[in-house]
Amino acid sequence: MDLQELTKILNERFPGVLGEENKTAVVIKKESLLEVARFLREDDCAFENLHCVTAVDRRDKMELVYHLYSFKLKFMLTLKIYLASDDLAVETLSGIWKSANWLEREVYDLFGIKFLNHPDMRRILNPEEWTDYPLRKDFDRPDFIRLPQTEGLKAGG
Amino acid sequence: MAVNEKILGEKYLQKFPGGELILSKSEDLFKWAKGSSLWPLTFGLSCCAIEMMATGASKFDIDRFGAGVFRSSPRQCDVMIVAGTICVKMGECMKKLYAQMPEPKYVIAMGNCAIGGGIFYHDTYSVIQGTEKLGIPVDVYVTGCPPRPEGLLHGIIKLQEKIRQVQQGKEGQKGVAGKDGSSGTDKNS
Repeated sequence: MDLQELTKILNERFPGVLGEENKTAVVIKKESLLEVARFLREDDCAFENLHCVTAVDRRDKMELVYHLYSFKLKFMLTLKIYLASDDLAVETLSGIWKSANWLEREVYDLFGIKFLNHPDMRRILNPEEWTDYPLRKDFDRPDFIRLPQTEGLKAGG
Repeated sequence: MAVNEKILGEKYLQKFPGGELILSKSEDLFKWAKGSSLWPLTFGLSCCAIEMMATGASKFDIDRFGAGVFRSSPRQCDVMIVAGTICVKMGECMKKLYAQMPEPKYVIAMGNCAIGGGIFYHDTYSVIQGTEKLGIPVDVYVTGCPPRPEGLLHGIIKLQEKIRQVQQGKEGQKGVAGKDGSSGTDKNS
């Protein structure tokens, strides 16, 4: 099993589900996340292990990344969806993988992406009274000390 | 204690001529006693705590300086060794712990994080840039990332020197600089 095979399977099963092409990941449309995730979890692919949920702030959009592993196929899949900056909400996967519960809370804590129908959508590590999200590119505070930008070392580059 | 025996803190003690009694200014004696039995708080925040534990273990043996009785309750402690990175959430706990310690109390900022944020100075949302940002006055700074156990022992010896030099009537007041130029702060004075 490799990425191309899997992409082919997904394309046959869910026509039009794939987003833009990517050499290392499968990018899918946000609306079909839940059904694709269910399919991947089932016996054919048996991606039983969700060990990482994280996000990347691309300024114009937010990228949500899931890392799945299948013991049956001995294959690690990187699943991505893109979220528009003004609509940072997506269905939770905690009903499919239990581990998604805390991982999604962490993403909410650091990036402010809301997971709909999540059983416990609270901050996980940072103080609960915080209203901002530290890993966003536009994060700023009066006491926040930025690394001085020098040639060859640009923050966020 | 036999009179002829060489004793620690001899500077403050005087032999009564021809007798077996020891005379000293009680103040000096108390200072010597205070400095010689510093009980630290069991308080490790991150990797510096490992060095602190090593200092407490047999190879470096913090007990030689009377500071080896790590207490788990702040109410039984004299000195808080801030060993590690202070996170925002831990900051609140630290203030509480410091407030619970009985006077006279001392603080050693161990390692660069506890001094001023260390490697977590830039681009950090969750780390407090040093013990003094919390309003806790520091008596001795021990630099290093982390400092070696010898460094911490040196800090403890400096603190003992500082305790012995405190002027009468200024006890418990911070801001009396140690000999090594460790500034302390004037927040309380």
